[in-house]
Amino acid sequence: MELVLSLGIGAFAAAGVWLILRPRTFQVVLGLSLLSYAINLFIFAMGRLTVGSPPVLGAGIDTVSVDDPVPQALVLTAVVISFALTALFLVVLLAARGVTGSDHVDGHEPSSAEPRPGHPQP
Amino acid sequence: MPPEALLVAAAILPFLGSAAAICLPSHARNAAAGLAGGVMLASLACILLLYPLAMGGGPVSASLDWLPSLGVRLTLRLDGLAWLFAVLVLGIGALVVLYARYYMATEDPVPRLFCYFLAFVGAMLGIVLSGNLIQLVVFWELTSVVSFLLIGYWSDNASARDGARMALTITAAGGLCLLVGMVLLGRIVGSYDLDRVLASGDVIRASPAYLPALVLILAGALTKSAQFPFHIWLPRAMAAPTPISAYLHSATMVKAGVFLMIRFWPALAGTESWYWIVGTAGMATMLVGAWSAIFQHDLKGLLAYSTISHLGLITLLLGLDSPLAVVAAIFHTVNHATFKASLFMAAGIIDHEAGTRDLRRLSGLWRAMPYTATLAMVAASAMAGVPLLNGFLSKEMFLAEAVDNSGDHLLNHALPVLATVASAFTVLYSLRFIRQTFFGPPPRDLPHAPHEPVRWMRIPVEALVLICIAIGLVPNLTIGPVLHGAASAVLGTRMPTYDLAIWHGFNAPLAMSVAALAGGVVLYVVFGRRINANPRGGPWLMDRLDGGRLFERAMTGLVRGARLLEARLGSERLQPQLRILFLAALLAATATGVSRNLDLFAAGRTTTFDPAFALLWVVGVACAIGAAERAKYHRLSATILVGGAGLVSCLTFLWLSAPDLAVTQILVELLTTVMLLLSLRWLPKRDEAIPTPEVERTRARRRRITDAIVAAFVGLGLAGLAHAVMTRPAVDGISRWFVEEAYPQAGGRNVVNVLLVDFRAFDTLGEICVLGVVGLTVFALLRRFRPAPDSRERPAQQISHDAYDRSREGREPGHTAADALMVPRIVTTWLFPFILLLALHLFLRGHDLPGGGFAAGITLTVAFALQYMARGAEWVEERLRIQPISWIGAGLLVAVLAGAGSWLFGRPYLTASFAYWDAPLIGKVPLASALVFDLGIMVLVVGASALMLVALAHQSLRRTRATGAQAERESAGEVA
Repeated sequence: MELVLSLGIGAFAAAGVWLILRPRTFQVVLGLSLLSYAINLFIFAMGRLTVGSPPVLGAGIDTVSVDDPVPQALVLTAVVISFALTALFLVVLLAARGVTGSDHVDGHEPSSAEPRPGHPQP
Repeated sequence: MPPEALLVAAAILPFLGSAAAICLPSHARNAAAGLAGGVMLASLACILLLYPLAMGGGPVSASLDWLPSLGVRLTLRLDGLAWLFAVLVLGIGALVVLYARYYMATEDPVPRLFCYFLAFVGAMLGIVLSGNLIQLVVFWELTSVVSFLLIGYWSDNASARDGARMALTITAAGGLCLLVGMVLLGRIVGSYDLDRVLASGDVIRASPAYLPALVLILAGALTKSAQFPFHIWLPRAMAAPTPISAYLHSATMVKAGVFLMIRFWPALAGTESWYWIVGTAGMATMLVGAWSAIFQHDLKGLLAYSTISHLGLITLLLGLDSPLAVVAAIFHTVNHATFKASLFMAAGIIDHEAGTRDLRRLSGLWRAMPYTATLAMVAASAMAGVPLLNGFLSKEMFLAEAVDNSGDHLLNHALPVLATVASAFTVLYSLRFIRQTFFGPPPRDLPHAPHEPVRWMRIPVEALVLICIAIGLVPNLTIGPVLHGAASAVLGTRMPTYDLAIWHGFNAPLAMSVAALAGGVVLYVVFGRRINANPRGGPWLMDRLDGGRLFERAMTGLVRGARLLEARLGSERLQPQLRILFLAALLAATATGVSRNLDLFAAGRTTTFDPAFALLWVVGVACAIGAAERAKYHRLSATILVGGAGLVSCLTFLWLSAPDLAVTQILVELLTTVMLLLSLRWLPKRDEAIPTPEVERTRARRRRITDAIVAAFVGLGLAGLAHAVMTRPAVDGISRWFVEEAYPQAGGRNVVNVLLVDFRAFDTLGEICVLGVVGLTVFALLRRFRPAPDSRERPAQQISHDAYDRSREGREPGHTAADALMVPRIVTTWLFPFILLLALHLFLRGHDLPGGGFAAGITLTVAFALQYMARGAEWVEERLRIQPISWIGAGLLVAVLAGAGSWLFGRPYLTASFAYWDAPLIGKVPLASALVFDLGIMVLVVGASALMLVALAHQSLRRTRATGAQAERESAGEVA
């Protein structure tokens, strides 16, 4: 299980990093999304893996064997915040595309030397 | 008034006055000068009242905790030395205020000058009265900054700007060194308290950190006191208005460095390194300053170099490591302040009334302004060390020290000779100043016809000259007790006996004095004419070595070097920057791993392997890689694949005992996907078929390969790290406590939720604030949104639908869109109340079972989003007004008030409490105050996420409206 999950985290992170390094803003947004999955899982995994005993207490539940709640609490807020960040980046992407006419991360197509705000590239 | 209050009042008044002065209108000359003068006199009165306390017994002090965690206290401390300097700062300051009132032109914005001036006085007093090392450095830097403003007061003058910049660069750089030095000193002693530092001289000198601390502190003091080779800023600072020069370069700014060396003399002096650094710097400065002063044609330039020379003399005295020399240094500091301030003021009067400061043009002013000439002559004689004036007494003490200082150093043998030579130079330039300005033939073609200044402008000069004479005639009655008090505050038990008498009999110092006076006169008679003829005004032998030009060249080189480095190594492009970031992270992690011998595959704990889990992750990895591959040309499928990856991570949470995370993740996933889909419409078309040039394609391929390698290594590293941690046994940290105490202390069975809303509620409060801020930012960004021109068209699908509708009988454009997905649309509408119920359910059970405010809030937003998707924004908003911004505000308010509620019971903020309520029919219901906080979370999450979604969704609407209006206008135009 550990090996599977760690390889999965690695694959998510690699795909995310590769996308973040791409020239188009939409790719970068998707990449950030993937990278945040990887990081959330990574932080979650810091509490070690436990199958079938969530940190929900009740009669007959042994407090020693339940999963570590601290990384879970951290990741829960991280999930919500990364949603907000994705939304923010998405809107910045759209605004930049509206202003510069290009969806390149530098705000202009690589062939043109100078950014030309307000003018779409042919 | 108690002494502490007087002390605090004296220190604070200048700052208050400064703040008040800047509020005055820019032509309020009398009001500003009156304010400044009043403040100076009030502050001075406070200090004068403290005289008996400061001179007798220990220092007066008042203190306040500033940074208790770092052991830094804000302490004001007044002892004899501080008293003397405070009186110099305030007394000469008051005279300068009076002088400046009449010196400054009517069109100058005088309140601004007095604002800076008072701030500078406050900073100077701060240095003098500091009882704490860090506090001292803060005020020290403040004087650098404010002196920058003062020197550059006439900011439309290029030389004022350059002079101000150079002064700031040099003194502020020294100030930074001083800060580090003071921190070192504080670490050696174990306290930043001045009293403790001064009492620990032996510990400090024995410490291995002594030398670095000494060098750094002296770097601060020597730059401020314009010691060679840092003296270059001082002559350039003469671009300041003359009252400011008179103040900065006689009693204050440059004396701050001297003050620092005197103050820390008990703690730092008495070693070889002190002797060599301070003594050599002082000696060099004294000679270079005096030599350069001889050749100045500008009155203020002459006084500037003479100031440098006298500062060198004081520094040299402090370097000699003899208590008597310290007394002489303090004495000469006072004397120099009085005669130099009056000379600057006299120079200002001459400049003001004659229109020039050029010694070659001035001549015979004695006839036009005999009164001013007399005053200037007395002051210049004091500077030259003529008997019966104060300069003579301290110079005698200096010469005596030069003779007495027996040692084997080369410096000691040369000292008497060099001291006499420097004194002769002083006589020479003083004589030149007097002779050129006041004697000789009547002046020709001066800009103004010279005459005596207004009565009030002379008063400050008269007062200072009177002091010079009084100290010179009856030193024991005037300066005696003060000097004794100040010196014993520094020297303590090492206080020497000395005699301030004018006549000590025929001895070596007297002979040297006479030799210097005679030598100076002879030199002037022999060389005077040739000095005046020296065209460039640069000193002989040294005119090739222009420190100022070297400094400018160094600064230009620095800027040019920085530009070059930026051009070579920098990039404005995002991709290389990100690549470097990832590479750096990779490198740092690898280096740490290798240096600590991290074993990634040390066998340890494992959980039983489950093929289904492996299969799940095969799908997950495929989704991630697919998304990476598709994202450029096939955005829709890439979005779906990212959603798939999110789903896999959601299922993983569920599998690995994190139901709360799974619930939140799947809901967030829904919203993210909807938002991504909404944004697709505004992105440019991208077609694989568009040909790219071969060169570009090769470059892109190379870049992709590099990035793939970087990405692969980051992935592998993270995978290895994750595996290494997961297979190691769990560390017994804080988690156990949370699990055990969740029910007894917070009444909740769902530990994750209890953590969020109770134990770590303050963190959560911060996080929901972030969420609210992001929501508002999205909203604000989209209000100004203008789509790119190529996205303004209606989508191809809509156009084809409308074309179809137009071509058929009985159909209106829009019918096809309205018919689509009819069944899901009705089902979704019916689902609405049930989703609301689900949200309520998730919210209420959150404390005990998976759920909670975050999940409930997002569920609610999903309910709204579904309605928008099924029916369109217009339909929904006709029936349902969501006001997301109000939701954000309400949520934040509820959360904050829920926290504040605990104050009512005298408990700290956000302390939760819980109880059971016996409800009719239902039975026992747990009631926790954390539930209210969770309600706040829910409401805010609804507001923020709904705001983002609705703002994005509305863009299409706005566009249709705009194009609709445009189409109407166009058709109207056709009709017309």
